[in-house]
Amino acid sequence: MALLSVSGLYKSFSGVSAVDGVSFSAEPGELLCLLGPSGCGKTTMLRMLAGLEDPDAGTIEFDDRTMNGLAPQQRGFGLMFQDLALFPHMDVFGNVAFGLRMQKLPSAQVQARVQELLDLVELGGLASRKVHELSGGERQRVALARSLAPAPRLLMLDEPLGSLDRALRESLQNQVRRILKEVGVTSIYVTHDRDEAFTMADRLIFMNHGRIIQTGTPEEAVANPADGFVARTLGFKNVLPGVVIDDGEALKIECSVGLITAPKPPGSGTEKGSEITLLVDESGISMSGIPADKTPDGNLLQGVVIERVFRGDRYEVRVQVGKGELYCHAVAGAASGPAQSGQSVTLALNPRSVRVLQGGN
Amino acid sequence: MTAGRLLFLLPLVYLAIFFVYPLGSILERSLGGESGFGFDPFKVLLNDSYYLGRIWFTVWQAVVSTLLTLAVGLPAAFLFARYEFPGKTLLKAISTLPFVMPTIVVAMGFTALFGSQGIVNSALESMFGLDEPPVRISNSLTIIFMAHAFYNYAIIVRIVSALWSNLDPNLEHSAKVLGAGPFRTFYHVTLPMLLPAIASASLLAFAFSFTSFGVVLVLGGPEFATLEVAIYELTAKLFRLPLAGALSIIQLGFTYFFLLLYSRFQEQSVVRMDLKPREATSRKPVRLWDKVLVIAMVLVLLAMLSPLIALVVRWITFDGGFGTAQMANLFSDERRSYFHLSPVKIIWNSLRFALTTVAISLVVGTIISYFITNARRRWRNMADALVMLPLGVSAVTLGFGYIIALGRPPLDLRGSWLILVIAHSLVAYPFVIRSLLPVLKGMNPNLREAAAVLGASPSKVFLLVELPMIAPALLVGATFAFAVSMGEFGASLILVRAEFTTMPVAIFRFLGLPGASNLGMALGMSVLLMAVVAVGFIAIERFRYKGVGGF
Repeated sequence: MALLSVSGLYKSFSGVSAVDGVSFSAEPGELLCLLGPSGCGKTTMLRMLAGLEDPDAGTIEFDDRTMNGLAPQQRGFGLMFQDLALFPHMDVFGNVAFGLRMQKLPSAQVQARVQELLDLVELGGLASRKVHELSGGERQRVALARSLAPAPRLLMLDEPLGSLDRALRESLQNQVRRILKEVGVTSIYVTHDRDEAFTMADRLIFMNHGRIIQTGTPEEAVANPADGFVARTLGFKNVLPGVVIDDGEALKIECSVGLITAPKPPGSGTEKGSEITLLVDESGISMSGIPADKTPDGNLLQGVVIERVFRGDRYEVRVQVGKGELYCHAVAGAASGPAQSGQSVTLALNPRSVRVLQGGN
Repeated sequence: MTAGRLLFLLPLVYLAIFFVYPLGSILERSLGGESGFGFDPFKVLLNDSYYLGRIWFTVWQAVVSTLLTLAVGLPAAFLFARYEFPGKTLLKAISTLPFVMPTIVVAMGFTALFGSQGIVNSALESMFGLDEPPVRISNSLTIIFMAHAFYNYAIIVRIVSALWSNLDPNLEHSAKVLGAGPFRTFYHVTLPMLLPAIASASLLAFAFSFTSFGVVLVLGGPEFATLEVAIYELTAKLFRLPLAGALSIIQLGFTYFFLLLYSRFQEQSVVRMDLKPREATSRKPVRLWDKVLVIAMVLVLLAMLSPLIALVVRWITFDGGFGTAQMANLFSDERRSYFHLSPVKIIWNSLRFALTTVAISLVVGTIISYFITNARRRWRNMADALVMLPLGVSAVTLGFGYIIALGRPPLDLRGSWLILVIAHSLVAYPFVIRSLLPVLKGMNPNLREAAAVLGASPSKVFLLVELPMIAPALLVGATFAFAVSMGEFGASLILVRAEFTTMPVAIFRFLGLPGASNLGMALGMSVLLMAVVAVGFIAIERFRYKGVGGF
């Protein structure tokens, strides 16, 4: 039996459903990442778990007890808000001590626990600082310490690093994961950033339009994205809707860039006439400046370079092909450099880099 | 920049002539009697148990009034800050009416409601067949407290709900998730963050109760005279000007002490916090408990407004007939009207004085606001407290100062209506400052520089960039200035000449004349005054909701 199990959770605001029948579970000590675009219902999910919103339907069970109807302060959960919500009228100590004082712990114990937490987040010397005297990264860590202080049974973090710059975010990601694992608290971490999710998560939950699209480890998700949305969230750039026009040994698929041959995946859903999503790995496309003299056959496509972007170790080239576009990589450092914009090129798609996703777009 | 510096001199000169000089003259008059310079009037006052009693009474009645005001105002502030419900805008506009109503009208409303022939008593008498009015709170402390709470709770509602509605609700949610129940969440998180707003609102409510005049004069009766009433009696009835002057100075001392507290507390209690837009913080009452709460609080608010409603009802049902008869009487029978002055003339007086007051207040208030915004840090708070002083100085004191100082060469304004407008503007411009300062302080200085770099002259920068941004705040300030002038009673009563009678003064005179017809005309005039102020206020309220916080 899982520690947390959520089933059939539903919530709508003035007729618009924000969370639309969500079920998942979490094992003790697990770090789940809830991944999805803004407005997909992630925050509403967390607020229902925390008891700040009542679900319209569905149950939340924790440690074999139903949580529905319990007030936030009765659940023993922690929630770190996106805007952190540090109490501006208290110093760092007061913020971290708040939850402990609510438990009416003796002040010596509060003192010791706060110091322990501040040491854990490496802010040991800042106990008497005012909130507005802290830097962005320090605030984040104070908020984390405050959430952890009362030893919550479940910790939820709502895009806690969202407001920080990239470098700081990356260094804090590792630190937060280390701390959460050290404490061993079961956590749900909300983000819309793929790299952050990869860094943090034991398991990913992809949410879109209030529903869970896919759950799995980062590796599983990358190997097998459930649909176009998950693929795009994972950072794949060539995600093309298409229609199967021939389902022989290999599939022939009509899509915006033309006719593409792809290996047939196991399972159903790829019969002739099915609408599928095509995923083409950028690194599996080789580009040559010489236009093919024969008619494109198999996965040989003609296109015109739209733009190229230098990425340090490679160029990323955007190519107009038929009515659509494809992204491909070109090695940096070649004497002539890759194609200039406006140049005609031929793209060869490695069949193994072409995947068919049964799910919709 | 020199022209700009010269512009700053304008309010300085204005304050010197119309505020410092008259008050200085009071000081001179009380300390430098015929027998030479001395503290005799103060000695007389401080040895007279009557005046010591007045001082003590004024302080403690203001304390009780303020506590009562808080008790009524805070729930309403919560209601407006945290809930969205149909009719909220209208209700908020209406619930601000009492504050801008002339004291004399407020007093009449209370009489109409609780007076011996008032609505409550009439209803109770007919219901239970009583021969005597069962509720007797006319000329009592109770009715003074009630009237002060009624009069000032809008200050609490306005100031506190402005901050409350911008507080991040996640702060309260955090506290709850961390294990605090609703009560402890309020006590440990919400209340401390609201404290600056609650304290400054309380101090303003206290200052208004402390210098209360019309309410006490009409509702309280002689045994409940505040300092303000005592000053009026010394000046206008007993003609003991040195004593009145000394008493004014004593009152001014108290007022200054409160203002110092106010500005010091404001400075200390500033908690830097990220404020949230209102839309993000309020919700519709969905749960049953929320609905019950909202409905209950709306009912309490309507009960608060009952004196105004009572006034209208009393006017409509006056003398058994419809109030229009009195209204017609008011306008037709010029011979019987006050000082042979037609009511239209009286209304016109009030209107043009109010509009002139608005103009003066806007100019003075805007210049001072810019001055404070640009002043060095150490001067800023001091200047802020000083320019607010006229708000705490009672109109009677001011009017009295004018009689002494501006009724003689080199500056004899006694015959001019300007003197009245200037007195009004002194009470009104602080409101312009209070609504303008937050906007100016929050304005991005880069905007001004960007416009200058793009080639705009300072005056163009003001007209094209700054004015559109501060316009909503100016509008709010203008409304308060308008209302202050329309309702001002104390200074008008002292300074006014017959041909410059304003509506509140006319109401007071009507009330002082015998006969049902005069009472009817007082009622009619009150309803008119209420309508004029209300229409203006509700119209402006629509602009206020564009996001600029009020005073």
